[in-house]
Amino acid sequence: MKHARIAYRGALRTALVEQDDELLLMADGQRAGFDEVVWLPPLEPRTVFALGLNYADHATELSFKAPERPLIFLKGPNTFVGHNGYSPCPADVRQMHFECELAVVIGRKGRRIRQEQAYDYVAGYTIANDYALREYLENYYRPNLRVKNRDFCTPLGPWIVDAMDIADPMALGLRTFVNGEAEQHGNTRDMIFGIPALVEYLSDFMTLSPGDLILTGTPKGVRYLQPGDEVITEIDGIGCLANTIIPEPRGQRRELVPVAETPSWRCPEPAS
Amino acid sequence: MVGSCLRECVPIDGTVYGVALDGDDPLGTHSELFSRPPYNGAPITPVLFIKPRNTFLAHNGIVQLPRTLGEVEANAALAVVFGRDTRGVAAAQALNAVVGYTLAIDLAEPGADFFRPPIRETCRDGFLPVGPVIVSRDAIDIGSHRLRLEIDGREAASLSLEGSDERIAKLIEEVSAFMTFRAGDVLLASRTPLRPCARIGSRISAILDGIGRLHCCLGLEDGVTR
Repeated sequence: MKHARIAYRGALRTALVEQDDELLLMADGQRAGFDEVVWLPPLEPRTVFALGLNYADHATELSFKAPERPLIFLKGPNTFVGHNGYSPCPADVRQMHFECELAVVIGRKGRRIRQEQAYDYVAGYTIANDYALREYLENYYRPNLRVKNRDFCTPLGPWIVDAMDIADPMALGLRTFVNGEAEQHGNTRDMIFGIPALVEYLSDFMTLSPGDLILTGTPKGVRYLQPGDEVITEIDGIGCLANTIIPEPRGQRRELVPVAETPSWRCPEPAS
Repeated sequence: MVGSCLRECVPIDGTVYGVALDGDDPLGTHSELFSRPPYNGAPITPVLFIKPRNTFLAHNGIVQLPRTLGEVEANAALAVVFGRDTRGVAAAQALNAVVGYTLAIDLAEPGADFFRPPIRETCRDGFLPVGPVIVSRDAIDIGSHRLRLEIDGREAASLSLEGSDERIAKLIEEVSAFMTFRAGDVLLASRTPLRPCARIGSRISAILDGIGRLHCCLGLEDGVTR
């Protein structure tokens, strides 16, 4: 089964996906079409691990030697955006690129999990597009948060597919299209550290918990994007995740009154 | 006090971000080390990291270490707690987004460099004791205090927080320029320098007058065999 989180008629809902008919079935029996809802990231992830240079061809493309142990960085919850969402590109950035990745949802708490048992701890799979902005790369804790933890720059979804519905997650084709043109294709079988190895590596020193998410890295294929570009990342057996690049909104700096004096229910001043 | 509880608990529930190599660090960012590869120059923006939830540990907790880990580095840190979602604020306004402060002990295996995120070294279960309580921003003048780290009752490092209001405000401006701090998120803004080491059996304390004392002990993992 496929599980989505949506906003529908002013309420936040979970829904099962009836993909053949493009319908979403909510807990109260209502159905809504794919176009009638706002798609949210299919979970609010707990700890998010992301892999760098986990496909040999992509590592070579970026002039890096394949790593000897997994190159892992963490992401905060601010960076996720759902299917059909918008990702902002700052005005000074010319090197923003997509990264289509298989995302593994952890479903059970575990520590010191052996490779052979790793799949017992996986609840399901979804798609992530782990955008990077290469101009902002620095050689400290690389890739640094300014590159990888920007607001709304990690599309996730459209839904989670139950683990039991994916026969072999290590043999799935991945593809990315920009404005309809194929720009990236690969297969999860080419990961350097596969899902069982990653689960074993991480759980060797830390406890994995339900809601943790592992973005398993991206294969070869780089094209720089600009506002207006429509990016679709696709993985066999899961679906298609769509996203549009927009110019970064110019933030208006507001006056902030101290937190303690701000009742949360107060309405904003009407615009003059 | 903004957050407290009867039994010992972790008083925070957001994402914890931290800053490495900030102004307090004796390594500095202009040392010879950082002019060479792989760094090739000082950092341009704050060097940020995330401490994930499995690292959170309540006051008086026991950090369970594997037998193979001889010692760990410890820093006392001032934990700044956000009271509202904060993005794109100017330094002059930034502290108005802060609801209060608490303490943290930031633990790490020695030996990591600054080139790649040191996940294995810094993200073990229990590697961020936090607490004991959140003290509201109005109730404390952070700049008039010293942050201290004690190991087994002896002072191992300390840091004057004079001027830290300005530094924290600047940091919030720089980071919130590209990402939102959500209400409840935490920024480890000032850390004691030196990175002294502690061993299994050690008792570690972070101390700040006006907030209190946060303790943890280093113990051994149960059932380490696999």
